Amino acid sequence: MNQLQNFTKGFFKENPILVLVLGACPTLATTTSALNGLGMGIATTFVLICSNIVVSLLAGIIPDKVRIPSFIVIIASFVTIVDLFMQAYVPTLYETLGIFIPLIVVNCIVLGRAEAFASKNTTLSSFIDGAGMGLGFTMALGILGSIREILGNGSVFGYKFINGDGILIFILAPGAFIALGYLIGFINSLKRT
Amino acid sequence: MEYILIIISAVLINNVVLAQFLGICPFLGVSGKVNTSIGMAGAVTFVMVLSTTVTYLIQTYVLDKLGIAFMQTITFILVIAFLVQIVEIILKKISQPLYQALGIFLPLITTNCAVLGVAILVIQKDYNLLEGVVYSAATAVGFGLALILLAGIREHMDLADVPKSMKGVPLSLIAAGILALAFMGFTGIVK
Repeated sequence: MNQLQNFTKGFFKENPILVLVLGACPTLATTTSALNGLGMGIATTFVLICSNIVVSLLAGIIPDKVRIPSFIVIIASFVTIVDLFMQAYVPTLYETLGIFIPLIVVNCIVLGRAEAFASKNTTLSSFIDGAGMGLGFTMALGILGSIREILGNGSVFGYKFINGDGILIFILAPGAFIALGYLIGFINSLKRT
Repeated sequence: MEYILIIISAVLINNVVLAQFLGICPFLGVSGKVNTSIGMAGAVTFVMVLSTTVTYLIQTYVLDKLGIAFMQTITFILVIAFLVQIVEIILKKISQPLYQALGIFLPLITTNCAVLGVAILVIQKDYNLLEGVVYSAATAVGFGLALILLAGIREHMDLADVPKSMKGVPLSLIAAGILALAFMGFTGIVK
């Protein structure tokens, strides 16, 4: 597999949310608007890239039996960095995303890539894999966030183009499940043809 | 009275899965059959109450005392992973039937964000130890309730004739959405 394929597989073929359905919790919770979704995506991408690099560098040193706890500590360290950074520089976004920032640590995507890819591959391909997967995740969050914001509020990225109220339910919890359900169904139907 | 409010709000109004989006992975993963959901709900209740108690004590007596509250995420996830491992070993030794029933679900729980989420929420909400335990138990009951309800719905939907691309995850998500809609009816019971 060349590096370009390695990079782009996160977008379509192995998109963590739309195809593999990993990390659904932050996906549903943080996509109340396009901007929140992107913010969460970027935070996760940062953790994903950093942990992939460190895991691939340390893969030869960590004994096989304690590899999962070691990976979790590496991931948790970067999550703490993101947490403190966001608290200091983007307090409003930090407030909205709330508990889902520390919860990046239990996001299946991050641990999954560390275990399935970074621990077996070179640092460069792990970096590319992390970036591709992270951006694929961010893209999916952005799409879902936009859909929910358009339907629920009649705006995208805060720019309002429909006068009056939207369908409020899409901003609330039930709309998240329904929108993601139809989005995955749509992607499935594209895959079949 | 205070405790009753915590319980009602955690089970029905702010249901952990349907309103707070914690623990979606096991929610979608094991909700295929009612029996497995009951097993999962039992295991989650056990681990959630235990881990909340332990993390609360660690937060109060270690992290806050030493002024290293920023180590919260790292400490909590390790404590939870460690606890799950211990519970598994102990169960295997003392109660074989219980281990058979809960055993396969235990490793999955380490990556269940509801467990870590509740541990952090209890600290954020400034609960005392007893309130924290009640809150975590009620949250676990809410998780079990949502899980078993969805499993019941999905067992019926297996036979339904739906478009191929909607089968499986998409249909479960939409069913969960309608379930969440129903749970929104509880909003306003507790101010």
